[in-house]
Amino acid sequence: MEARAVISVRDLVVGFGDHLVLDHLCLDAYSGEILGVVGASGSGKSVLLRTIIGLLPKREGQIEVLGLNLDEADEAQRRALERRWGILFQQGALFSSLTVRQNVQFPMRENLDLSPRLLDEMALAKLEMVGLARRDADKFPAELSGGMTKRAALARALALDPEIVFLDEPTSGLDPIAAGEFDALIETLQKTLGLTVFMVTHDLESLYTVCDRVAALADGKVVAAGPIAAMLECEHPWVKTYFQGKRGALLAERRVSV
Amino acid sequence: MSATLLTGELEGERLKLAAGGSWTASHASELEQVAGRLEGEAERARYVSIDMGGVREFDTFGAWMLERLLREWKAAGRETSITGLPEHDRGLLAALARVNREPPSPPRRENRLIAALASVGQAVAGVGRDLTSFADMFGALGYAAARVVRRPQDLRFTSAVHQLDRVGWQAVPIILLITFLIGGIIEQQGIFHFRKFGAELYAVDLVGILVLREIGVLIVAIMVAGRSGSSYTAELGSMMMREEIDALKTMGFDPVEVLILPRVLVLIVAVPVLTFIGSLAALYGGGVVAWLYGGISPDIFMARLTEAISVTHFKVGMIKAPFMGLVIGIVACSEGLKVKGSAESLGLQTTASVVKSIFLVIVLDGMFAIFFASIGM
Ligand SMILES: Nc1ncnc2c1ncn2[C@@H]1O[C@H](COP(=O)(O)OP(=O)(O)OP(=O)(O)O)[C@@H](O)[C@H]1O
Ligand SMILES: [Mg+2]
Repeated sequence: MEARAVISVRDLVVGFGDHLVLDHLCLDAYSGEILGVVGASGSGKSVLLRTIIGLLPKREGQIEVLGLNLDEADEAQRRALERRWGILFQQGALFSSLTVRQNVQFPMRENLDLSPRLLDEMALAKLEMVGLARRDADKFPAELSGGMTKRAALARALALDPEIVFLDEPTSGLDPIAAGEFDALIETLQKTLGLTVFMVTHDLESLYTVCDRVAALADGKVVAAGPIAAMLECEHPWVKTYFQGKRGALLAERRVSV
Repeated sequence: MSATLLTGELEGERLKLAAGGSWTASHASELEQVAGRLEGEAERARYVSIDMGGVREFDTFGAWMLERLLREWKAAGRETSITGLPEHDRGLLAALARVNREPPSPPRRENRLIAALASVGQAVAGVGRDLTSFADMFGALGYAAARVVRRPQDLRFTSAVHQLDRVGWQAVPIILLITFLIGGIIEQQGIFHFRKFGAELYAVDLVGILVLREIGVLIVAIMVAGRSGSSYTAELGSMMMREEIDALKTMGFDPVEVLILPRVLVLIVAVPVLTFIGSLAALYGGGVVAWLYGGISPDIFMARLTEAISVTHFKVGMIKAPFMGLVIGIVACSEGLKVKGSAESLGLQTTASVVKSIFLVIVLDGMFAIFFASIGM
């Protein structure tokens, strides 16, 4: 795997009022990897994700995504870039007045010039790839269960075959089995489609099973980044409690014994 | 560009295809057309081989187009082979080979006439449902009110005061402005037309009686329906969408008592007060126009007005006002509770709330007119 940074964040400062959430943060995500971002609740993981994709303004620092500096990009370049990433929001954010199928077709319809037949086939193909049944395609978002919502939102994030997907807590609110399946799904899709995945998560299980690298956020900075093994050796107090707490230790043991 | 996506030549019974370029989302429709054009040649072939070696980019869209071609050829009994596809792209092709296996569900065809009849039937049934939901809400409100009368400490007093501030106090400026203008317009029209008979003084009677009996309360009710009724519907509707109302129920609260009763009570109080203020503003507007436009001095206007109107006219307007408030409140809240999960349904229900409450306000006004006429008020 070539180590080309597709997302590179340098000295990022983001704050609200006099509350600095991210304070000179640096982070890289490499091509074709699954990067897990962890941190305490309220440590700024969602803020980091939203700043990278341009939904929140930053005070200082530089963000480059797929080799494009977002400050220097013009409107056309930005739009072209937005077609190359897909985002799964924490709450799904499906369009409530469209069916699941129309939700997936929406970005295709806006960005590509496809025949109605191909549009239908592709939407159904994507839905099947994320594990939704065909009869769910014509349901409205309000009629879906939590796990189905996540799957549908993932299908929409993948609609244009992006190079990067941003996932904000993809497995939160799912039962452990469904969460495990979702992780496996992300891994399979990542392998077949060659995606780079930027995943914010609280789920230790996901970190152990699918993430190639983990970045831990605390005090507005990345205090540790690297494979799980590096996390287990990290001395930062929060990282230590997180990975070597009761649940962390259990998983680490199981992993060593496998 | 399209020439390089897929080219083919027929050698006897063997069709040899060479693929190239970008088999990606942005070229998918081109690819579809090229594939369509090759169909004629494929018909005559028994073996199809496709060399993917020249393809630079390959994504789900390209993989699906390839899979679709393969399926079509196989269905027609041709032998197919693929060469030159890199290993990881084979994985993608295999993933797409598993999808879209179920035949598409046939589109439902409807008879136009039957569809038209069905929509008429649904509209009629809808009216029936509206009436029952109105009665339902009326009953639930009565029940909640009876309980609150027995245990007055259960009334959500803070919520009621907050609502009163929003629908009553904050509505005063706009109500003053609108009723003032309407009073002035009625006076101006009266003077303009009555002047032909030399009876412009009767324009004062016109504005006095019309405003106190009808216009004051109607304008206020319509304004309140548009301003506060719609916001009630939107509030309750978005609470429905986010399951807040279900949460209330599970905690043992009655949403009608907690959310709806204070809102409706506030309307019952606010509409008469606003009607009173609005009627005064309309009379004031009439007086100003009479003076500036008709040359009727304020003294004469007041003298004429006291002769023309009586307390009865004032009572007729004020008696109607609380009922208007009640109707607006019931319609707004019951529409709010009908909101389903989508943003679109919130919009629909809010529109329906305003339209229905204005309609009912006018119907109610008509019934009151008949009632007051028959008891001689
Ligand atoms: N729009 C906003 N205005 C003000 N403060 C905000 C805003 N968005 C986030 N914050 C603050 O930024 C901090 C980080 O929030 P963020 O949502 O990134 O947390 P998080 O790490 O994603 O937590 P969780 O794991 O609970 O989702 C919090 O203190 C939050 O209160
Ligand atoms: Mg978050």
